[in-house]
Amino acid sequence: MSVLIIDYGMCNLGSVKRAFEECGASAFISDNPRDAEKASHLVLPGVGAFGDAMKNIISAGWDKAIRKNVLEENVPILGICLGMQLLAEKGFEGGEHLGLGLIQGEVIKIYNENPGSTFRVPHIGWNEIHKQQDHAILEKLQPSTDFYFVHSYFFKTTHKEDILTTTHYGLDFPSIVSKDKITGVQFHPEKSSRAGFQIIRNFLSIN
Amino acid sequence: MLKARIIPTILWKDIGIVKGVGFNSWRRVGSLLPAIKVYNTRQVDELIIVDITATEQDREPDYDVIDEIADECFVPLTVGGGVKGVDHIKKLLRAGADKVSINSSCYSNPEIVSKGADLFGTQCIVVSIDVYKDADGTYECLKNSGKISTGKDPVKWAKEMELRGAGELLITSIINDGAMTGYDIDLIKRISDSVTIPVIASGGASDYEDMYQALTTGHASAVAAASIFHFTEKTPLEAKHYLGKKGILVRKY
Repeated sequence: MSVLIIDYGMCNLGSVKRAFEECGASAFISDNPRDAEKASHLVLPGVGAFGDAMKNIISAGWDKAIRKNVLEENVPILGICLGMQLLAEKGFEGGEHLGLGLIQGEVIKIYNENPGSTFRVPHIGWNEIHKQQDHAILEKLQPSTDFYFVHSYFFKTTHKEDILTTTHYGLDFPSIVSKDKITGVQFHPEKSSRAGFQIIRNFLSIN
Repeated sequence: MLKARIIPTILWKDIGIVKGVGFNSWRRVGSLLPAIKVYNTRQVDELIIVDITATEQDREPDYDVIDEIADECFVPLTVGGGVKGVDHIKKLLRAGADKVSINSSCYSNPEIVSKGADLFGTQCIVVSIDVYKDADGTYECLKNSGKISTGKDPVKWAKEMELRGAGELLITSIINDGAMTGYDIDLIKRISDSVTIPVIASGGASDYEDMYQALTTGHASAVAAASIFHFTEKTPLEAKHYLGKKGILVRKY
């Protein structure tokens, strides 16, 4: 097993790599899309703005490499935080930008369905995930486990079937999305202690 | 629902003292790493590490140390001290910080907040504000570890920082800090009520009730504490039990 952590210049990849290693995987960071062929699993991390991230991904050629390996070779991919949002068709962070389009939907700003309460954005901290359907990525997790979130936008999926868990913050937003072997988590498993490791191990079990 | 966070703060000055005579970097990390490992094993909600002498000594953040710490830290890590430019932010994020805390340089160069937020997202920019309360009750922001006056009113400054793109505010009462007399609830409340980003209360926690007050009366989203965890038998886990019993939502694990 060889996990490729995609480096498109946007974030702290060390923590992600360490977390995968802690879970027994051999993980490597690469900024070369050609390395994608060597990988059994792809990880798309990310911190930062949607538009800049897509610009970097496209200029490095990662978009083509990801599509080829994920859609043609059926290689499992895990998007983390911004990486999850990039799986969408479109993002509206600082203008309208095209995403990778691997899961249908768009990325919009978090808002409160019931305004009037003390409601702060970014959504920072530990919050629960609520299962909407069974999936390998959710194996061995207690119901309503807390994970660490830090984001201002969320992935509004087109299809309900693509939502594995939701989380409540102002509104119920998808916290884990999945379609075929494509999975995205809005929280940071690498920063969510043991529960995060379980998610990573579950992802590694998808072949 | 979102949980209230209990955040141990680790001040790097302790490490500075340890390294005083030596240049053996292993040694100074050596004293920081065990603390990180303990907090990591205990699955704390988050950690804040501040190098409080970096600005004074006109040093850049120590990226190597952060790198080593981050390797052992599977909980969110906020790093501060000596951050003067967006390249510092970038290097800290690369080294493994999840959020970067900026304080003194915001006064001379507020652009660092807007540029940092544009480049890396507001969610990883924490603006730290050290506040001094005069004998007559007026509040003022101080910089360089409380040594230099800025003439800024904390509420106005907090709002300006929010506008510029801060994703979170870390508010420390200088007088209360380390005194273990409780947080400055009035200050925390005033700032929390003037912004829509999360506020972390810091400075003065002496017991769990102080945390409860900061989260309820003070409207803080999180509480940070150092002395209470370093110098007493109190722990973040016990704090959560206390807060949980009183109806505060805390993370269970």
